[in-house]
Amino acid sequence: MSDQTTLEQKAHSNGYLAGSNLERVLRAGHFAVTAELGPPQSADAQVIRQKAALLRGYCDAVNITDNQTAIVRMSSIGAAAIALQEGLEPVMQMTCRDRNRLAMQSDLLGAYALGLRNVLCLTGDHQSFGNHPQAKNVFDMDSIQLIHMVAAMRDEHVFECGDPLKGAEPRFFIGAAAAPFAGPVEFRPYRLGKKVKAGANFIQTQLVYDVEAFSKFMEKVRALGLHEQTFILAGVGPLKSPTMARYMQQQVPGILVPDALIERMEAAGAPWAGKKKEELTKEDKKARTVAWQQEGIQICIELIQQLRQIKGVSGVHIMAIEWEEAVKPIVEGAGLYPRPQVN
Amino acid sequence: MIVAEQKPLQEIKALISNAQNVLVVGCGTCVTVCFAGGEREAAILAASLRMSTRLDGKPQEIRHETVQRQCEWEYLDQIAELVQQADIVLSLGCGIGVQAIAEHFPQKWVVPGLNTTFLGLPSEQGVWVERCAACGDCILGLTGGICPIARCSKSLLNGPCGGSEDGHCEISPDTPCAWQLIYDRLLSMDKLHLLMEIQPPKNWRTSRDGGPRKIVREDLRLPTKEE
Ligand code: SF4
Ligand code: SF4
Repeated sequence: MSDQTTLEQKAHSNGYLAGSNLERVLRAGHFAVTAELGPPQSADAQVIRQKAALLRGYCDAVNITDNQTAIVRMSSIGAAAIALQEGLEPVMQMTCRDRNRLAMQSDLLGAYALGLRNVLCLTGDHQSFGNHPQAKNVFDMDSIQLIHMVAAMRDEHVFECGDPLKGAEPRFFIGAAAAPFAGPVEFRPYRLGKKVKAGANFIQTQLVYDVEAFSKFMEKVRALGLHEQTFILAGVGPLKSPTMARYMQQQVPGILVPDALIERMEAAGAPWAGKKKEELTKEDKKARTVAWQQEGIQICIELIQQLRQIKGVSGVHIMAIEWEEAVKPIVEGAGLYPRPQVN
Repeated sequence: MIVAEQKPLQEIKALISNAQNVLVVGCGTCVTVCFAGGEREAAILAASLRMSTRLDGKPQEIRHETVQRQCEWEYLDQIAELVQQADIVLSLGCGIGVQAIAEHFPQKWVVPGLNTTFLGLPSEQGVWVERCAACGDCILGLTGGICPIARCSKSLLNGPCGGSEDGHCEISPDTPCAWQLIYDRLLSMDKLHLLMEIQPPKNWRTSRDGGPRKIVREDLRLPTKEE
Protein backbone atom coordinates (compact mmCIF):
# COMPACT_ATOMS: atom_id res chain seq x y z
CA MET A 1 0.00 0.00 0.00
CA SER A 2 1.31 3.39 -0.92
CA ASP A 3 0.38 4.92 2.40
CA GLN A 4 1.84 2.06 4.39
CA THR A 5 3.77 4.50 6.54
CA THR A 6 0.67 6.36 7.57
CA LEU A 7 -1.06 3.10 8.30
CA GLU A 8 1.85 1.98 10.42
CA GLN A 9 1.96 5.25 12.26
CA LYS A 10 -1.70 4.88 13.09
CA ALA A 11 -1.35 1.21 13.89
CA HIS A 12 -1.44 -0.23 17.34
CA SER A 13 1.63 -1.91 18.84
CA ASN A 14 0.62 -5.15 17.13
CA GLY A 15 1.04 -3.49 13.74
CA TYR A 16 -2.68 -3.45 12.96
CA LEU A 17 -5.20 -0.66 13.06
CA ALA A 18 -7.75 -2.86 14.75
CA GLY A 19 -6.38 -6.36 14.39
CA SER A 20 -9.71 -7.75 13.28
CA ASN A 21 -9.73 -10.95 11.27
CA LEU A 22 -10.94 -8.99 8.25
CA GLU A 23 -8.01 -6.58 8.51
CA ARG A 24 -5.53 -9.42 8.91
CA VAL A 25 -6.88 -11.33 5.92
CA LEU A 26 -6.83 -8.24 3.73
CA ARG A 27 -3.41 -7.03 4.82
CA ALA A 28 -1.99 -10.49 4.21
CA GLY A 29 -3.09 -10.07 0.61
CA HIS A 30 -5.87 -12.67 0.56
CA PHE A 31 -9.01 -12.18 -1.49
CA ALA A 32 -11.51 -11.49 1.29
CA VAL A 33 -15.06 -12.71 1.67
CA THR A 34 -17.65 -10.98 3.80
CA ALA A 35 -21.29 -11.93 4.14
CA GLU A 36 -24.37 -10.40 5.63
CA LEU A 37 -26.65 -11.37 8.50
CA GLY A 38 -29.92 -9.56 9.06
CA PRO A 39 -31.06 -9.50 12.71
CA PRO A 40 -34.65 -10.63 13.43
CA GLN A 41 -37.64 -8.37 14.04
CA SER A 42 -37.78 -9.85 17.51
CA ALA A 43 -35.68 -10.44 20.61
CA ASP A 44 -34.93 -14.03 19.57
CA ALA A 45 -31.20 -14.75 19.90
CA GLN A 46 -31.75 -18.18 18.41
CA VAL A 47 -32.33 -16.68 14.97
CA ILE A 48 -28.84 -15.15 15.00
CA ARG A 49 -27.34 -18.44 16.18
CA GLN A 50 -29.01 -20.39 13.39
CA LYS A 51 -27.90 -17.95 10.72
CA ALA A 52 -24.42 -17.81 12.20
CA ALA A 53 -24.14 -21.59 11.87
CA LEU A 54 -24.78 -21.28 8.13
CA LEU A 55 -22.04 -18.68 7.68
CA ARG A 56 -19.33 -19.86 10.07
CA GLY A 57 -16.17 -20.80 8.23
CA TYR A 58 -17.39 -19.42 4.91
CA CYS A 59 -16.50 -15.77 5.35
CA ASP A 60 -13.87 -13.64 7.04
CA ALA A 61 -16.41 -11.34 8.62
CA VAL A 62 -20.14 -10.85 8.53
CA ASN A 63 -22.04 -7.58 8.34
CA ILE A 64 -24.76 -7.16 10.93
CA THR A 65 -27.27 -4.73 9.49
CA ASP A 66 -28.61 -1.75 11.42
CA ASN A 67 -32.41 -1.45 11.10
CA GLN A 68 -32.03 -2.18 7.42
CA THR A 69 -34.49 -0.41 5.12
CA ALA A 70 -35.64 1.46 8.22
CA ILE A 71 -37.49 -1.53 9.67
CA VAL A 72 -37.05 -2.09 13.39
CA ARG A 73 -34.89 -5.09 14.15
CA MET A 74 -32.67 -6.31 16.95
CA SER A 75 -29.85 -3.78 17.34
CA SER A 76 -26.74 -4.25 15.31
CA ILE A 77 -24.60 -4.23 18.45
CA GLY A 78 -26.75 -6.80 20.24
CA ALA A 79 -26.91 -9.12 17.27
CA ALA A 80 -23.19 -8.64 16.59
CA ALA A 81 -22.32 -9.58 20.16
CA ILE A 82 -24.29 -12.83 19.74
CA ALA A 83 -22.64 -13.53 16.39
CA LEU A 84 -19.27 -13.06 18.07
CA GLN A 85 -20.18 -15.64 20.72
CA GLU A 86 -21.03 -17.96 17.85
CA GLY A 87 -17.53 -17.69 16.45
CA LEU A 88 -18.18 -15.20 13.65
CA GLU A 89 -16.39 -11.93 13.24
CA PRO A 90 -19.01 -9.19 12.93
CA VAL A 91 -18.90 -5.98 10.97
CA MET A 92 -21.25 -3.77 12.94
CA GLN A 93 -23.21 -1.55 10.60
CA MET A 94 -24.04 1.92 11.90
CA THR A 95 -26.33 4.37 10.17
CA CYS A 96 -26.72 8.09 10.77
CA ARG A 97 -30.50 7.91 10.55
CA ASP A 98 -31.34 6.85 14.09
CA ARG A 99 -28.65 8.33 16.33
CA ASN A 100 -26.94 11.63 16.96
CA ARG A 101 -23.22 12.02 17.61
CA LEU A 102 -23.61 11.37 21.34
CA ALA A 103 -25.40 8.07 20.81
CA MET A 104 -23.07 6.98 18.02
CA GLN A 105 -19.95 7.56 20.08
CA SER A 106 -21.31 5.84 23.15
CA ASP A 107 -22.41 2.89 21.00
CA LEU A 108 -18.92 2.72 19.49
CA LEU A 109 -17.40 2.56 22.98
CA GLY A 110 -19.86 -0.11 24.07
CA ALA A 111 -19.44 -2.12 20.89
CA TYR A 112 -15.67 -2.14 21.21
CA ALA A 113 -15.91 -3.14 24.87
CA LEU A 114 -18.08 -6.08 23.79
CA GLY A 115 -15.33 -7.22 21.45
CA LEU A 116 -16.49 -5.84 18.10
CA ARG A 117 -13.64 -4.75 15.84
CA ASN A 118 -15.15 -3.71 12.49
CA VAL A 119 -17.68 -0.99 11.79
CA LEU A 120 -19.37 -0.05 8.53
CA CYS A 121 -20.36 3.62 8.47
CA LEU A 122 -23.54 4.32 6.51
CA THR A 123 -25.87 7.21 5.89
CA GLY A 124 -28.91 4.92 6.20
CA ASP A 125 -32.07 4.55 4.14
CA HIS A 126 -34.68 7.22 4.67
CA GLN A 127 -37.28 6.19 7.26
CA SER A 128 -40.07 6.58 4.70
CA PHE A 129 -39.06 3.13 3.35
CA GLY A 130 -39.62 1.33 6.61
CA ASN A 131 -42.28 0.49 9.13
CA HIS A 132 -42.08 3.76 11.09
CA PRO A 133 -42.41 6.43 8.41
CA GLN A 134 -43.82 8.77 11.10
CA ALA A 135 -40.49 8.80 12.91
CA LYS A 136 -38.28 11.85 13.24
CA ASN A 137 -34.96 11.16 11.58
CA VAL A 138 -31.66 12.29 13.03
CA PHE A 139 -28.94 12.73 10.39
CA ASP A 140 -26.94 14.80 12.84
CA MET A 141 -23.94 13.64 10.80
CA ASP A 142 -23.47 11.98 7.44
CA SER A 143 -21.52 8.83 6.65
CA ILE A 144 -18.33 10.68 5.74
CA GLN A 145 -18.37 12.63 8.98
CA LEU A 146 -19.05 9.39 10.88
CA ILE A 147 -16.04 7.72 9.26
CA HIS A 148 -13.89 10.64 10.29
CA MET A 149 -15.21 10.56 13.84
CA VAL A 150 -14.48 6.83 14.25
CA ALA A 151 -10.98 7.35 12.83
CA ALA A 152 -10.30 10.29 15.14
CA MET A 153 -11.42 8.30 18.18
CA ARG A 154 -9.00 5.55 17.19
CA ASP A 155 -6.03 7.51 15.86
CA GLU A 156 -6.16 10.79 17.74
CA HIS A 157 -7.96 9.62 20.87
CA VAL A 158 -10.49 12.42 20.72
CA PHE A 159 -14.24 12.64 20.77
CA GLU A 160 -16.02 14.52 18.02
CA CYS A 161 -16.13 17.65 20.18
CA GLY A 162 -12.35 17.58 20.51
CA ASP A 163 -12.25 16.44 24.14
CA PRO A 164 -9.53 13.86 24.76
CA LEU A 165 -10.62 10.27 25.11
CA LYS A 166 -8.93 9.14 28.30
CA GLY A 167 -8.38 5.43 28.75
CA ALA A 168 -8.81 2.72 26.15
CA GLU A 169 -9.78 4.03 22.73
CA PRO A 170 -12.09 2.02 20.44
CA ARG A 171 -9.90 0.60 17.67
CA PHE A 172 -12.15 -0.25 14.76
CA PHE A 173 -11.30 -1.36 11.24
CA ILE A 174 -13.41 1.24 9.47
CA GLY A 175 -15.61 0.42 6.53
CA ALA A 176 -17.75 2.47 4.19
CA ALA A 177 -20.15 1.77 1.37
CA ALA A 178 -19.84 2.79 -2.26
CA ALA A 179 -22.66 3.03 -4.78
CA PRO A 180 -20.86 2.98 -8.14
CA PHE A 181 -24.05 3.26 -10.21
CA ALA A 182 -26.04 5.82 -8.24
CA GLY A 183 -26.35 9.36 -9.53
CA PRO A 184 -24.45 11.41 -10.51
CA VAL A 185 -22.32 8.51 -11.80
CA GLU A 186 -19.35 10.73 -12.70
CA PHE A 187 -19.05 11.89 -9.11
CA ARG A 188 -19.08 8.42 -7.52
CA PRO A 189 -15.31 7.76 -7.65
CA TYR A 190 -14.71 11.15 -6.05
CA ARG A 191 -17.22 10.48 -3.33
CA LEU A 192 -15.38 7.24 -2.65
CA GLY A 193 -12.21 9.32 -2.49
CA LYS A 194 -13.79 11.51 0.17
CA LYS A 195 -14.63 8.44 2.22
CA VAL A 196 -11.07 7.19 1.93
CA LYS A 197 -9.73 10.60 2.88
CA ALA A 198 -12.04 10.62 5.89
CA GLY A 199 -10.51 7.33 7.02
CA ALA A 200 -12.28 4.36 5.40
CA ASN A 201 -9.99 1.31 5.57
CA PHE A 202 -12.28 -0.91 3.55
CA ILE A 203 -15.15 -0.41 1.15
CA GLN A 204 -18.12 -2.64 0.40
CA THR A 205 -19.95 -1.74 -2.79
CA GLN A 206 -23.59 -1.88 -3.69
CA LEU A 207 -24.61 -5.06 -5.58
CA VAL A 208 -22.75 -5.48 -8.86
CA TYR A 209 -24.37 -7.40 -11.70
CA ASP A 210 -22.99 -5.33 -14.55
CA VAL A 211 -19.29 -6.17 -14.52
CA GLU A 212 -18.51 -3.92 -17.46
CA ALA A 213 -19.99 -0.85 -15.79
CA PHE A 214 -18.18 -1.75 -12.58
CA SER A 215 -14.88 -2.10 -14.45
CA LYS A 216 -15.29 1.42 -15.74
CA PHE A 217 -15.89 2.64 -12.20
CA MET A 218 -12.80 0.80 -11.01
CA GLU A 219 -10.73 2.36 -13.79
CA LYS A 220 -11.47 5.79 -12.37
CA VAL A 221 -10.92 4.53 -8.83
CA ARG A 222 -7.48 3.29 -9.85
CA ALA A 223 -6.70 6.54 -11.65
CA LEU A 224 -7.33 8.28 -8.34
CA GLY A 225 -5.09 5.74 -6.58
CA LEU A 226 -7.87 4.81 -4.16
CA HIS A 227 -7.35 1.05 -4.48
CA GLU A 228 -3.94 1.57 -2.88
CA GLN A 229 -5.33 3.42 0.10
CA THR A 230 -8.29 1.22 0.94
CA PHE A 231 -9.47 -2.35 0.37
CA ILE A 232 -12.39 -2.57 -2.03
CA LEU A 233 -14.84 -5.46 -1.70
CA ALA A 234 -17.28 -5.76 -4.58
CA GLY A 235 -20.87 -6.44 -3.56
CA VAL A 236 -22.54 -9.53 -5.02
CA GLY A 237 -25.76 -11.36 -4.32
CA PRO A 238 -27.56 -14.39 -5.73
CA LEU A 239 -30.71 -13.67 -7.72
CA LYS A 240 -33.70 -15.69 -6.48
CA SER A 241 -36.04 -15.46 -9.43
CA PRO A 242 -36.58 -13.53 -12.68
CA THR A 243 -39.16 -11.40 -10.86
CA MET A 244 -36.63 -10.37 -8.24
CA ALA A 245 -34.07 -9.63 -10.94
CA ARG A 246 -36.52 -7.42 -12.81
CA TYR A 247 -37.60 -5.68 -9.62
CA MET A 248 -33.99 -4.83 -8.83
CA GLN A 249 -33.40 -3.65 -12.37
CA GLN A 250 -36.39 -1.35 -12.34
CA GLN A 251 -37.05 -0.36 -8.74
CA VAL A 252 -33.91 -0.36 -6.65
CA PRO A 253 -31.82 2.79 -7.06
CA GLY A 254 -28.16 2.32 -7.87
CA ILE A 255 -28.37 -1.29 -9.12
CA LEU A 256 -27.80 -2.23 -12.75
CA VAL A 257 -29.03 -5.68 -13.81
CA PRO A 258 -28.18 -6.50 -17.44
CA ASP A 259 -31.00 -8.02 -19.51
CA ALA A 260 -28.79 -11.02 -20.27
CA LEU A 261 -28.86 -12.07 -16.62
CA ILE A 262 -32.63 -11.74 -16.44
CA GLU A 263 -32.87 -13.90 -19.57
CA ARG A 264 -30.64 -16.52 -17.95
CA MET A 265 -32.92 -16.60 -14.92
CA GLU A 266 -35.95 -16.94 -17.19
CA ALA A 267 -34.29 -19.74 -19.14
CA ALA A 268 -33.67 -21.61 -15.88
CA GLY A 269 -37.42 -21.67 -15.33
CA ALA A 270 -38.20 -22.49 -18.99
CA PRO A 271 -39.56 -26.01 -18.39
CA TRP A 272 -42.36 -24.46 -16.37
CA ALA A 273 -42.82 -21.33 -18.46
CA GLY A 274 -46.11 -20.45 -20.14
CA LYS A 275 -48.13 -22.43 -17.65
CA LYS A 276 -50.82 -20.86 -15.54
CA LYS A 277 -50.56 -20.91 -11.77
CA GLU A 278 -53.32 -23.53 -11.50
CA GLU A 279 -51.52 -25.85 -13.89
CA LEU A 280 -48.43 -26.04 -11.69
CA THR A 281 -48.41 -28.60 -8.91
CA LYS A 282 -46.72 -27.94 -5.61
CA GLU A 283 -43.84 -30.10 -6.78
CA ASP A 284 -43.56 -28.13 -10.02
CA LYS A 285 -43.31 -24.87 -8.15
CA LYS A 286 -40.71 -26.27 -5.81
CA ALA A 287 -38.64 -27.62 -8.68
CA ARG A 288 -38.84 -24.28 -10.46
CA THR A 289 -37.72 -22.42 -7.33
CA VAL A 290 -34.77 -24.77 -6.99
CA ALA A 291 -33.86 -24.31 -10.66
CA TRP A 292 -33.97 -20.53 -10.29
CA GLN A 293 -31.93 -20.60 -7.11
CA GLN A 294 -29.30 -22.82 -8.67
CA GLU A 295 -28.98 -20.47 -11.61
CA GLY A 296 -28.85 -17.46 -9.24
CA ILE A 297 -26.02 -19.07 -7.31
CA GLN A 298 -24.21 -20.01 -10.52
CA ILE A 299 -24.46 -16.44 -11.82
CA CYS A 300 -23.14 -15.17 -8.50
CA ILE A 301 -20.15 -17.52 -8.69
CA GLU A 302 -19.37 -16.33 -12.22
CA LEU A 303 -19.66 -12.70 -11.15
CA ILE A 304 -17.17 -13.30 -8.34
CA GLN A 305 -14.75 -14.91 -10.77
CA GLN A 306 -15.02 -11.94 -13.13
CA LEU A 307 -14.77 -9.35 -10.39
CA ARG A 308 -11.69 -11.06 -9.00
CA GLN A 309 -9.89 -10.28 -12.26
CA ILE A 310 -10.41 -6.55 -11.87
CA LYS A 311 -7.35 -4.81 -10.54
CA GLY A 312 -8.03 -3.13 -7.22
CA VAL A 313 -10.77 -5.51 -6.10
CA SER A 314 -9.60 -7.03 -2.81
CA GLY A 315 -12.57 -9.23 -2.05
CA VAL A 316 -16.29 -9.74 -2.30
CA HIS A 317 -19.17 -8.90 -0.04
CA ILE A 318 -21.93 -11.49 -0.47
CA MET A 319 -25.39 -10.17 0.28
CA ALA A 320 -27.78 -13.09 0.61
CA ILE A 321 -30.13 -11.59 3.16
CA GLU A 322 -32.75 -14.07 4.37
CA TRP A 323 -31.01 -16.68 2.20
CA GLU A 324 -27.90 -17.35 4.23
CA GLU A 325 -27.88 -20.97 2.97
CA ALA A 326 -26.67 -19.67 -0.39
CA VAL A 327 -23.35 -18.40 0.97
CA LYS A 328 -21.78 -21.84 1.37
CA PRO A 329 -22.31 -23.03 -2.23
CA ILE A 330 -21.26 -19.61 -3.57
CA VAL A 331 -18.02 -19.50 -1.61
CA GLU A 332 -17.23 -23.12 -2.44
CA GLY A 333 -18.19 -22.72 -6.07
CA ALA A 334 -16.00 -19.66 -6.43
CA GLY A 335 -13.03 -21.59 -5.08
CA LEU A 336 -12.83 -19.40 -2.00
CA TYR A 337 -13.17 -22.20 0.54
CA PRO A 338 -11.57 -22.80 2.99
CA ARG A 339 -11.01 -19.30 4.30
CA PRO A 340 -7.43 -18.39 5.22
CA GLN A 341 -6.29 -18.32 8.82
CA VAL A 342 -4.04 -15.34 9.49
CA ASN A 343 -2.53 -14.90 12.91
CA MET B 1 -41.94 33.48 2.17
CA ILE B 2 -43.66 31.42 4.81
CA VAL B 3 -45.85 28.88 3.03
CA ALA B 4 -48.96 27.49 4.66
CA GLU B 5 -52.16 25.71 3.70
CA GLN B 6 -55.61 25.75 5.17
CA LYS B 7 -56.70 23.02 7.56
CA PRO B 8 -59.69 20.90 6.49
CA LEU B 9 -63.03 22.57 7.24
CA GLN B 10 -64.05 19.77 9.62
CA GLU B 11 -60.95 20.28 11.73
CA ILE B 12 -61.52 24.05 11.83
CA LYS B 13 -65.15 23.54 12.84
CA ALA B 14 -64.09 21.29 15.70
CA LEU B 15 -61.60 23.92 16.89
CA ILE B 16 -64.29 26.62 17.10
CA SER B 17 -67.26 24.44 18.01
CA ASN B 18 -67.75 25.82 21.52
CA ALA B 19 -67.80 29.50 20.55
CA GLN B 20 -70.78 31.67 19.66
CA ASN B 21 -68.90 34.64 18.22
CA VAL B 22 -65.95 33.78 16.03
CA LEU B 23 -63.49 36.27 14.56
CA VAL B 24 -61.55 35.03 11.54
CA VAL B 25 -58.33 37.03 11.19
CA GLY B 26 -56.45 36.93 7.88
CA CYS B 27 -52.94 38.19 7.28
CA GLY B 28 -51.87 40.37 4.38
CA THR B 29 -48.31 39.12 3.97
CA CYS B 30 -46.87 35.65 3.25
CA VAL B 31 -50.09 33.69 3.57
CA THR B 32 -51.82 36.11 1.21
CA VAL B 33 -49.21 35.47 -1.45
CA CYS B 34 -49.57 31.70 -1.07
CA PHE B 35 -53.39 31.96 -1.16
CA ALA B 36 -53.89 30.35 2.24
CA GLY B 37 -54.93 33.08 4.68
CA GLY B 38 -55.29 36.47 3.01
CA GLU B 39 -58.27 38.80 2.83
CA ARG B 40 -59.93 36.66 0.17
CA GLU B 41 -59.42 33.34 1.98
CA ALA B 42 -60.63 34.85 5.27
CA ALA B 43 -63.86 36.01 3.60
CA ILE B 44 -64.43 32.66 1.88
CA LEU B 45 -63.73 30.68 5.03
CA ALA B 46 -66.06 32.89 7.10
CA ALA B 47 -68.84 32.37 4.53
CA SER B 48 -68.27 28.60 4.44
CA LEU B 49 -68.35 28.38 8.22
CA ARG B 50 -71.50 30.47 8.38
CA MET B 51 -73.25 28.26 5.86
CA SER B 52 -71.95 25.01 7.27
CA THR B 53 -72.82 25.76 10.90
CA ARG B 54 -76.29 26.91 9.81
CA LEU B 55 -76.82 23.65 7.89
CA ASP B 56 -75.75 21.78 10.99
CA GLY B 57 -78.52 23.56 12.88
CA LYS B 58 -76.03 25.32 15.16
CA PRO B 59 -75.38 28.65 13.50
CA GLN B 60 -72.38 30.58 14.83
CA GLU B 61 -71.73 34.32 14.49
CA ILE B 62 -68.70 34.53 12.18
CA ARG B 63 -66.97 37.82 11.41
CA HIS B 64 -63.72 38.35 9.57
CA GLU B 65 -60.98 40.95 9.35
CA THR B 66 -57.55 41.00 7.77
CA VAL B 67 -54.49 42.84 9.07
CA GLN B 68 -51.42 43.69 7.08
CA ARG B 69 -49.11 41.61 9.31
CA GLN B 70 -50.28 39.45 12.19
CA CYS B 71 -46.74 39.16 13.50
CA GLU B 72 -46.41 42.80 14.56
CA TRP B 73 -48.09 44.37 17.57
CA GLU B 74 -49.03 47.63 15.87
CA TYR B 75 -51.19 45.87 13.31
CA LEU B 76 -52.87 43.78 15.97
CA ASP B 77 -53.80 46.92 17.91
CA GLN B 78 -56.04 47.85 14.99
CA ILE B 79 -58.31 44.84 15.62
CA ALA B 80 -58.36 45.04 19.43
CA GLU B 81 -62.04 45.96 19.57
CA LEU B 82 -63.17 43.15 17.24
CA VAL B 83 -61.08 40.69 19.22
CA GLN B 84 -62.70 41.80 22.48
CA GLN B 85 -66.17 41.19 21.03
CA ALA B 86 -65.36 37.64 19.90
CA ASP B 87 -65.39 34.45 22.00
CA ILE B 88 -62.66 32.97 19.92
CA VAL B 89 -60.15 34.10 17.30
CA LEU B 90 -59.53 31.86 14.34
CA SER B 91 -56.22 33.00 12.93
CA LEU B 92 -55.40 32.52 9.28
CA GLY B 93 -51.88 33.73 9.87
CA CYS B 94 -48.89 31.43 10.02
CA GLY B 95 -47.95 29.91 13.36
CA ILE B 96 -46.22 33.17 14.22
CA GLY B 97 -49.41 35.14 13.66
CA VAL B 98 -51.42 32.80 15.87
CA GLN B 99 -48.89 33.17 18.66
CA ALA B 100 -48.70 36.93 18.26
CA ILE B 101 -52.47 37.12 18.80
CA ALA B 102 -52.27 34.84 21.85
CA GLU B 103 -49.48 36.96 23.29
CA HIS B 104 -51.10 40.29 22.51
CA PHE B 105 -54.56 39.33 23.75
CA PRO B 106 -53.79 37.12 26.77
CA GLN B 107 -57.48 36.84 27.71
CA LYS B 108 -58.57 35.53 24.34
CA TRP B 109 -58.59 31.94 23.10
CA VAL B 110 -57.00 31.69 19.64
CA VAL B 111 -56.87 28.70 17.30
CA PRO B 112 -55.00 28.10 14.02
CA GLY B 113 -56.85 27.80 10.72
CA LEU B 114 -53.68 26.98 8.77
CA ASN B 115 -50.91 24.45 8.86
CA THR B 116 -47.67 26.38 8.53
CA THR B 117 -45.64 24.21 6.24
CA PHE B 118 -42.28 25.62 5.17
CA LEU B 119 -40.12 28.49 3.98
CA GLY B 120 -40.20 28.45 0.23
CA LEU B 121 -41.34 29.91 -3.03
CA PRO B 122 -43.88 29.32 -5.79
CA SER B 123 -42.03 27.32 -8.45
CA GLU B 124 -44.94 27.62 -10.85
CA GLN B 125 -48.56 28.71 -10.59
CA GLY B 126 -50.16 26.66 -7.83
CA VAL B 127 -46.97 24.89 -6.72
CA TRP B 128 -44.85 25.86 -3.72
CA VAL B 129 -41.55 24.26 -2.76
CA GLU B 130 -39.38 24.35 0.33
CA ARG B 131 -36.10 26.23 0.14
CA CYS B 132 -34.75 27.01 3.61
CA ALA B 133 -34.86 25.41 7.04
CA ALA B 134 -33.59 28.52 8.87
CA CYS B 135 -30.57 26.62 10.20
CA GLY B 136 -28.95 29.82 11.40
CA ASP B 137 -25.62 29.27 9.64
CA CYS B 138 -26.10 29.56 5.92
CA ILE B 139 -23.86 27.40 3.74
CA LEU B 140 -25.34 28.31 0.37
CA GLY B 141 -21.95 29.80 -0.54
CA LEU B 142 -20.51 26.28 -0.62
CA THR B 143 -23.33 24.64 -2.50
CA GLY B 144 -23.99 26.99 -5.37
CA GLY B 145 -27.12 28.50 -3.86
CA ILE B 146 -28.95 25.20 -3.37
CA CYS B 147 -29.70 24.27 0.22
CA PRO B 148 -28.93 20.67 1.24
CA ILE B 149 -30.31 21.21 4.74
CA ALA B 150 -33.82 21.94 3.51
CA ARG B 151 -33.77 20.15 0.16
CA CYS B 152 -31.85 16.92 0.78
CA SER B 153 -34.14 14.45 2.55
CA LYS B 154 -31.31 13.59 4.94
CA SER B 155 -29.76 17.08 5.24
CA LEU B 156 -26.44 15.63 4.13
CA LEU B 157 -23.42 17.90 3.92
CA ASN B 158 -21.28 15.53 1.87
CA GLY B 159 -23.88 14.10 -0.46
CA PRO B 160 -25.18 12.62 -2.64
CA CYS B 161 -26.09 9.41 -0.84
CA GLY B 162 -26.42 6.09 -2.64
CA GLY B 163 -30.15 6.58 -3.16
CA SER B 164 -29.84 9.29 -5.80
CA GLU B 165 -30.96 8.07 -9.20
CA ASP B 166 -31.85 9.82 -12.45
CA GLY B 167 -31.82 13.13 -10.63
CA HIS B 168 -34.41 12.25 -8.03
CA CYS B 169 -34.21 11.46 -4.36
CA GLU B 170 -34.67 7.94 -3.02
CA ILE B 171 -37.82 8.98 -1.19
CA SER B 172 -39.83 9.67 -4.34
CA PRO B 173 -39.53 10.12 -8.10
CA ASP B 174 -41.22 13.51 -7.60
CA THR B 175 -38.51 14.82 -5.30
CA PRO B 176 -35.42 16.17 -7.00
CA CYS B 177 -32.15 15.08 -5.37
CA ALA B 178 -30.66 18.26 -3.93
CA TRP B 179 -27.15 16.91 -4.33
CA GLN B 180 -27.69 16.13 -8.00
CA LEU B 181 -28.83 19.76 -8.39
CA ILE B 182 -25.78 20.98 -6.47
CA TYR B 183 -23.49 18.78 -8.56
CA ASP B 184 -24.98 20.00 -11.83
CA ARG B 185 -24.76 23.62 -10.82
CA LEU B 186 -21.19 23.43 -9.55
CA LEU B 187 -20.20 21.56 -12.71
CA SER B 188 -21.76 24.20 -14.94
CA MET B 189 -20.06 26.96 -12.94
CA ASP B 190 -16.71 25.17 -12.99
CA LYS B 191 -16.65 24.94 -9.22
CA LEU B 192 -16.64 21.19 -8.61
CA HIS B 193 -13.60 21.57 -6.35
CA LEU B 194 -16.05 22.74 -3.69
CA LEU B 195 -17.50 19.23 -3.59
CA MET B 196 -14.13 17.60 -3.03
CA GLU B 197 -13.68 19.14 0.42
CA ILE B 198 -15.01 17.16 3.37
CA GLN B 199 -17.53 19.27 5.23
CA PRO B 200 -17.24 18.73 8.99
CA PRO B 201 -20.29 17.93 11.12
CA LYS B 202 -22.62 20.89 11.28
CA ASN B 203 -22.92 22.92 14.44
CA TRP B 204 -26.65 22.59 14.96
CA ARG B 205 -26.65 25.02 17.89
CA THR B 206 -27.64 27.86 15.57
CA SER B 207 -30.56 25.77 14.41
CA ARG B 208 -33.57 24.82 16.54
CA ASP B 209 -31.40 22.24 18.29
CA GLY B 210 -29.84 25.01 20.38
CA GLY B 211 -33.22 25.89 21.87
CA PRO B 212 -35.58 28.72 20.89
CA ARG B 213 -33.61 31.40 19.11
CA LYS B 214 -33.39 35.10 19.58
CA ILE B 215 -31.56 37.96 17.91
CA VAL B 216 -30.71 41.11 19.85
CA ARG B 217 -29.46 44.11 17.85
CA GLU B 218 -28.13 46.61 20.35
CA ASP B 219 -27.71 49.18 17.58
CA LEU B 220 -31.43 49.15 16.95
CA ARG B 221 -32.75 48.93 20.51
CA LEU B 222 -34.46 51.91 22.05
CA PRO B 223 -32.75 53.42 25.08
CA THR B 224 -34.27 52.23 28.35
CA LYS B 225 -36.08 54.81 30.51
CA GLU B 226 -33.40 55.01 33.21
CA GLU B 227 -30.78 56.20 30.70
S1 SF4 C 1 -28.10 26.66 4.75
FE1 SF4 C 1 -29.47 27.10 6.47
S2 SF4 C 1 -29.96 29.27 6.31
FE2 SF4 C 1 -29.05 28.63 4.34
S3 SF4 C 1 -30.81 28.13 3.05
FE3 SF4 C 1 -30.18 26.23 4.04
S4 SF4 C 1 -31.37 26.09 5.94
FE4 SF4 C 1 -31.56 28.17 5.16
S1 SF4 D 1 -31.11 11.02 -2.79
FE1 SF4 D 1 -30.24 13.07 -2.80
S2 SF4 D 1 -31.74 14.38 -1.77
FE2 SF4 D 1 -32.30 12.26 -1.34
S3 SF4 D 1 -31.32 11.85 0.62
FE3 SF4 D 1 -29.87 11.17 -0.96
S4 SF4 D 1 -28.56 12.95 -1.35
FE4 SF4 D 1 -30.33 13.68 -0.21
